[in-house]
Amino acid sequence: MKRYNPLTELFLYRMRTFYREPEAMFWTYGFPILLTLALGLAFRSKPPEVVAVDIVASANAADIKAKLLELDDILDIEINTQEDCTHRLRYGKTSIVIKTNDSGDSVEYQYDPTRPESALARAKIDDALQRAVGGRQDPIPVTDNEVTEPGARYIDFLVPGLLGMNLMGGGLWGCGFVLTDMRVKKLLKRLIATPMRKSHFLLSLIGGRLVFTIPELLALLGSGWLVFNVRIEGGIINIVLMALIGALSFTGIGLLVASRAEKIETISGLMNLVMLPMWLCSGVFFSYERFPESTLPFIKLLPLTQLNDALRSIILEGSTIFDQGVPILILAIWGVISFILAIKWFRWT
Amino acid sequence: MTLNVVSEGGIGLDRATMNGTIRTRFSRLYHQRYWDTQSMSLAVCCRDLFKRYDAKKKKPVDALNGLNLEIEVGECFGLLGPNGAGKTTTVEILEGMLKQTSGEVEVLGRRWNGADDDQIRQRLGISLQETRLNEKLTVRETATLFRSFYRDGREPDEVIAMVALEEKADAWIGKLSGGQKQRLAVACALAGDPELLCLDEPTTGLDPQSRRELWDIIREQKSRSRTTLLTTHYMDEAQRLCDRVAVVDHGKVIALGSPSELIHQLGGEHIIEFALTGRDGDASGIDVSLFTELSGVSSARLEDDGYSLTVAEPHVALPALIARLDKDNLSLTRITTRHVSLEDVFVTLTGRHLAAEELDETL
Repeated sequence: MKRYNPLTELFLYRMRTFYREPEAMFWTYGFPILLTLALGLAFRSKPPEVVAVDIVASANAADIKAKLLELDDILDIEINTQEDCTHRLRYGKTSIVIKTNDSGDSVEYQYDPTRPESALARAKIDDALQRAVGGRQDPIPVTDNEVTEPGARYIDFLVPGLLGMNLMGGGLWGCGFVLTDMRVKKLLKRLIATPMRKSHFLLSLIGGRLVFTIPELLALLGSGWLVFNVRIEGGIINIVLMALIGALSFTGIGLLVASRAEKIETISGLMNLVMLPMWLCSGVFFSYERFPESTLPFIKLLPLTQLNDALRSIILEGSTIFDQGVPILILAIWGVISFILAIKWFRWT
Repeated sequence: MTLNVVSEGGIGLDRATMNGTIRTRFSRLYHQRYWDTQSMSLAVCCRDLFKRYDAKKKKPVDALNGLNLEIEVGECFGLLGPNGAGKTTTVEILEGMLKQTSGEVEVLGRRWNGADDDQIRQRLGISLQETRLNEKLTVRETATLFRSFYRDGREPDEVIAMVALEEKADAWIGKLSGGQKQRLAVACALAGDPELLCLDEPTTGLDPQSRRELWDIIREQKSRSRTTLLTTHYMDEAQRLCDRVAVVDHGKVIALGSPSELIHQLGGEHIIEFALTGRDGDASGIDVSLFTELSGVSSARLEDDGYSLTVAEPHVALPALIARLDKDNLSLTRITTRHVSLEDVFVTLTGRHLAAEELDETL
């Protein structure tokens, strides 16, 4: 019986060096959550804008104000002298100035049509005035159906994208950077002078990466759910499986990138070279459909594009892992080819 | 007394009558036979090792120029030489970490060929000139990790105790002192209970106490008929520990033998060092050959701050020296006598001091 299992020990080695490195912990778990919070707050659904309206003081100004407010409570109406009204309009404190004659049978709007909020205010005020004061009826009845429900907001689009981006970063940093770092610090040199099996070493790296993926996933989805009420339609097991497939694929790419790099500068540059196009093109922060039609076939070949599409489909639309044949195939091709090349080119010292 | 002295390209057996120069004779026939019949009882055997480092845009560097080495099972063997002599290159080729440019290497009866590599590594314990270990692991975790790579070996706590790091067993390596890290590197080398222990400058930078503890480990290895290969530039260390030493310079073995043999080859076991002043205060013009003729003196050398004589019998040489100085109206400003050391061997062989060499290296 053997008391010491090299694979176990190597795996423990990888785990310990990870959780004892506060920086690695932050970049893997803390940073994505902070990014989610920041972006979620920046693009949160705001209440409709208040429209500022001034009415030039006259006999029936108060009456108009009351009638307008009755109809539309997002109006902020002030009654001022003509002079004050013009001043406030010029300084953008109000969007539009309403001027009526004493009898109330004609109305004059003062506004700058090139200012979007003024043009908006003009349409809104005119509509309200015609109905409230003039008694106009809409010839066609309409109903408003407002879409601000969870599931269709920017944050819902963002969270799966950030998850994909994080899996990419984890694979490249967690394997590529760690390996190069060990090579630079000559830790690898001492290890390969032992009878350690190289496959054990690589397996421990990959295994470590997969284990770190799970808390990463839960932290990101959990914070999205807690703070922004991001709903998760698909089963969690589907998400976990998809994330692990993505993590494996990017681990292969990470190993390839790190197969020869002898300096930290080299690996940092190479990793940025690999990651930057995918950050921009693979639909992390905005849909890749915005790129020209002719580039889409190439963008769709990128592993992160496929991973993001698959994650969105599972998280937002509730599809299963079995619906993700194409993404899984493309991710597998990237991962396997990278892994084979990495083994072929790998340098230990 | 016999002495193996090596010159261009091979080993020769020579009855050395040393007097500042080395006479060598090369016999390939002898060597061939030795290789074939002896390699079974040899822990290390290398022949005609060449190693060339190709540097970009610079002249290639020849680290090894036909180095030969035979280390017997159970002996403690020392590789001596200044920095850049090729010691580390030799050791790393033996450890299978570097590929030689040409030449043959056999370690524990096997060659580094891919198929046997694991077999060699299972029986080999090494500490690199600069062993780096992960700073975030504890001493015990590291010893356990290394233990797990070997089929048989010593318990992690046992090797930790051997290098006297018990109190630090649960401390992170990042918190250890340089000497403690060095000792842990040796503990890792011992994890597989190796038949051949290769220690590349294990005591450089160690405090005297740690050095002595390391010497005990090497002696213990020897008492169990295990082989140790040690590189060092501490001559006193080699003298204390090694059964045989090879002096390496410019990628070749320039002398081989037991420490006492090498010391004997100088023609004397004592060194007289002195400085002079003439009647008018200047003694710089005195030729060193003046002293080689004195009875009992086998060689004489001009040093930076005086003269150095190798003598067999100080009680003969000293009166002769004093008489000679009296005759020439020279007076001594300093005189000391001491036993010959391996440092003197090195200086005699190469004309250079080890310490001076190191200084050059750091400049």
